[in-house]
Amino acid sequence: MISILPPKAPPRTVEFEIDGIPVRAPEGSTILDACRANAKQVPTLCFLDTLHPVNVCRVCVVEVEGSRVLVPSCSRKVEPGMKVRTDSERVRHSRKMVLEFLDSSVDLSTTPDVADWKAAYGCDSERYGPPAPLAPAGTRDHAHAGHHDAPDPDYRATVAQPVKVDNSLYVRAYEKCILCYKCVEACGTDFQNSFAIGVAGRGFAARISTEFAVALPESACVYCGNCIAVCPTGALMAKPEWDKRADGTWDESRQTQTDTICPYCGVGCTLTLHVQDNEILKATSPFDQTVTRGNLCIKGRFGWQYVQNRRQAEPTA
Amino acid sequence: MLFLWGSNARETHPIFFHHVLKGIHNGTKVVSVDPRCTPTAQWAHRYLPIRVGTDIALANAMAREIIDARLANEPFIARATAGFDAYRASLDRYTLAYAERETGIDAGLIREAAHLYARADRAMICWTLGITEHHNAVDNVLSLINLALLTGHVGRYGSGLNPLRGQNNVQGGGDMGAIPNRFVGFQDIRDPEVCETFARAWGVPQKNEYGKTMTQMFEAIEHGEMRSLFVIGENPVQSEADQHKTKHVLSSLDHLVVFDIFMTKTAELADVVLPSAAGWCESEGTVVNSERRVQRIRKALEPPGEARDEIAVLCDLARRLGTDWGELSAEQVWDEVRAMAPAMFGGMSYARLEQEQGLRWPCPDESHPGTMYLHERLWHEPRSGLPAPFSVVEHELPLEQADADYPFVLTTGRRLADYNTGVQSGGFTSPLRRSESLDMHPDDVGRLGFADGQSVRISSRRGSVVAPVRTDPTMQRGLVFMTPHFQDDVRVNELTIDATDPKSGTAEFKACAVKLEPLEVVPERELRAHAGSVGD
Repeated sequence: MISILPPKAPPRTVEFEIDGIPVRAPEGSTILDACRANAKQVPTLCFLDTLHPVNVCRVCVVEVEGSRVLVPSCSRKVEPGMKVRTDSERVRHSRKMVLEFLDSSVDLSTTPDVADWKAAYGCDSERYGPPAPLAPAGTRDHAHAGHHDAPDPDYRATVAQPVKVDNSLYVRAYEKCILCYKCVEACGTDFQNSFAIGVAGRGFAARISTEFAVALPESACVYCGNCIAVCPTGALMAKPEWDKRADGTWDESRQTQTDTICPYCGVGCTLTLHVQDNEILKATSPFDQTVTRGNLCIKGRFGWQYVQNRRQAEPTA
Repeated sequence: MLFLWGSNARETHPIFFHHVLKGIHNGTKVVSVDPRCTPTAQWAHRYLPIRVGTDIALANAMAREIIDARLANEPFIARATAGFDAYRASLDRYTLAYAERETGIDAGLIREAAHLYARADRAMICWTLGITEHHNAVDNVLSLINLALLTGHVGRYGSGLNPLRGQNNVQGGGDMGAIPNRFVGFQDIRDPEVCETFARAWGVPQKNEYGKTMTQMFEAIEHGEMRSLFVIGENPVQSEADQHKTKHVLSSLDHLVVFDIFMTKTAELADVVLPSAAGWCESEGTVVNSERRVQRIRKALEPPGEARDEIAVLCDLARRLGTDWGELSAEQVWDEVRAMAPAMFGGMSYARLEQEQGLRWPCPDESHPGTMYLHERLWHEPRSGLPAPFSVVEHELPLEQADADYPFVLTTGRRLADYNTGVQSGGFTSPLRRSESLDMHPDDVGRLGFADGQSVRISSRRGSVVAPVRTDPTMQRGLVFMTPHFQDDVRVNELTIDATDPKSGTAEFKACAVKLEPLEVVPERELRAHAGSVGD
């Protein structure tokens, strides 16, 4: 009935090279893990170590000697004797193209670090022409797989569409979506298992969508906001942050981040409170936290307003 | 495998349930025991639709089946437990057929659940208020402990028993001695040596007798033995099972002080209201979660207006009462906790709590890593310490049963986006929120000739409220469900019974008998209340 589990053997160490320097890493770790352990900068967009790697953004690619193609460092495991190059001409050229294509079609203005990467790899997305006019609401939502209009040579194609504001807690600005799948994974089997969103369409018409593109309140969404937490570009944003950014009062230089514990149940989720001018504007949870792995529920992520409602109730006299 | 017994963790402990879901995807078998086919039950491998308040009949029948099928862990029972023979004898009447009759669960399903549990390599039982909000709450818990002792599913990694706590510091409240029979660290008040230690440390003689539970305090107030009350962070007018009675009792006091972050319905009755900082974001300190992890809470905001830090207010109060504790920081208070309960908390400095994402007690010294699971000693050969006792517990129905006058059973519980009496969760707008409803099985709705959304009067022997009907196929026939979330609009605790468990003082929120009547003429006051209800 009761068996004793065999103790796991500690992982063996793998010896290999990064950029000509001999390094060691535990067996089973990825090239990205090893790069970060050895202070090698590798850009990532779709990678998050709490989610299964899906290898879609291709910005973390590196060159492995003997490999026909560049490999995604976020999921390729280290192997003995491997010779990895993180900054070769081929790598730099690939990253430049990936970033240019993304930047030419997606609004990356709220994606951290992208401006630095663009400069480092010499990106010029303007060379693809001026952006196409904004698609009317619903056009991209209902694009059919396999149906393509001829591209307009005067413009560069974009994924731009009007911002979706259909509830009091989230805003979805898909003009900023790079289709990294993180939100789909967080909503799906990696954490929340609500399956409210998925990838619809194919090719350039691919987009993140609820079933039949219904508004969030009609979908399976339970407003945990775990998709917002993993979104790398700001395409998904909590309403208070969106509103503050819109009216120009969002100012991270004036914000503090304080870790405390959510009051709503006994699980003990760490809440990081983002406070500006003695007002909570956002709650997140650290990804390295063993209880939450960065996740919260609707109460933890949005339920703190009552604390500041006491302020508004204060007599002003 | 995992039992979720009287727990709708998918909605009430969503992040705990993330870990359960990881297990489900890895092949963990989950069995849900619940009167409602909740979102939790919908994820389970097997769902046991139990009749409210028959948990002991189910647990005892599982135990009998485990013994009869020779699946009990006999070496473990012999080494680590006491009282097995009396326990086994007490199970005689709990046949599968008897359990099916009492619980409403198919006998084959009970047998299957018993075998799943007993044959599992590692098995856990987690429960929530479905087990504890009954007049025999402690017996319910003991019946689950018996199952763990019978199979040896305790004291090992991946096995055990876990009550999923409903607030961030339910565990900590008890750990810190905010219970009437223990000092901090569960040290018995009646132990003369313990009393002496605390008397010496505090310079005040300690009575070595138990204090009163909240239920006993209310009785003492009714009998005129207690004339003043200091309420900290509790809203009994809306959280106790019988609102009329609670209001009446509190109004009869000579002096009522309420220390709270809100002007609650209880505070409205108070002679003095002390506005408090919100513990979890406007002051420093610690809380203890369901896995016994002591965690730091930190001040992120300045409290509004005259609201002040709890420790500062209590120090001021002590000074007015003639004892100067000086200006204490949360860390100084915590260091006293460590000094007075070193076996549990000695090794948990603020610096370590910071660096190690909290620590699980016991953690007796600075080099101790904290403890992932308890009761490992039961596996030591020979056993160390006292044997773990089996408890003989008998099935007892809830105090009120459905009858000709009150033909439905009302049970209560939480929803995902809402929380308790709603004073906190009511502060944000949720797209998921809908106002109070009376959830019923479609057959019952049809049989009574109700329509979805129709307002009906729900009456118990204590009071009556009005709420709209909501057809819900996850309900059992004869059972109706409401929440405690909207007490300002629909005072559900005017319906619930104030029967409490004499052993723990918990109230039987999970079962009372009600009758349902269509509203002929809606009184204007109630219409107004509906129109102004939260969220819709």
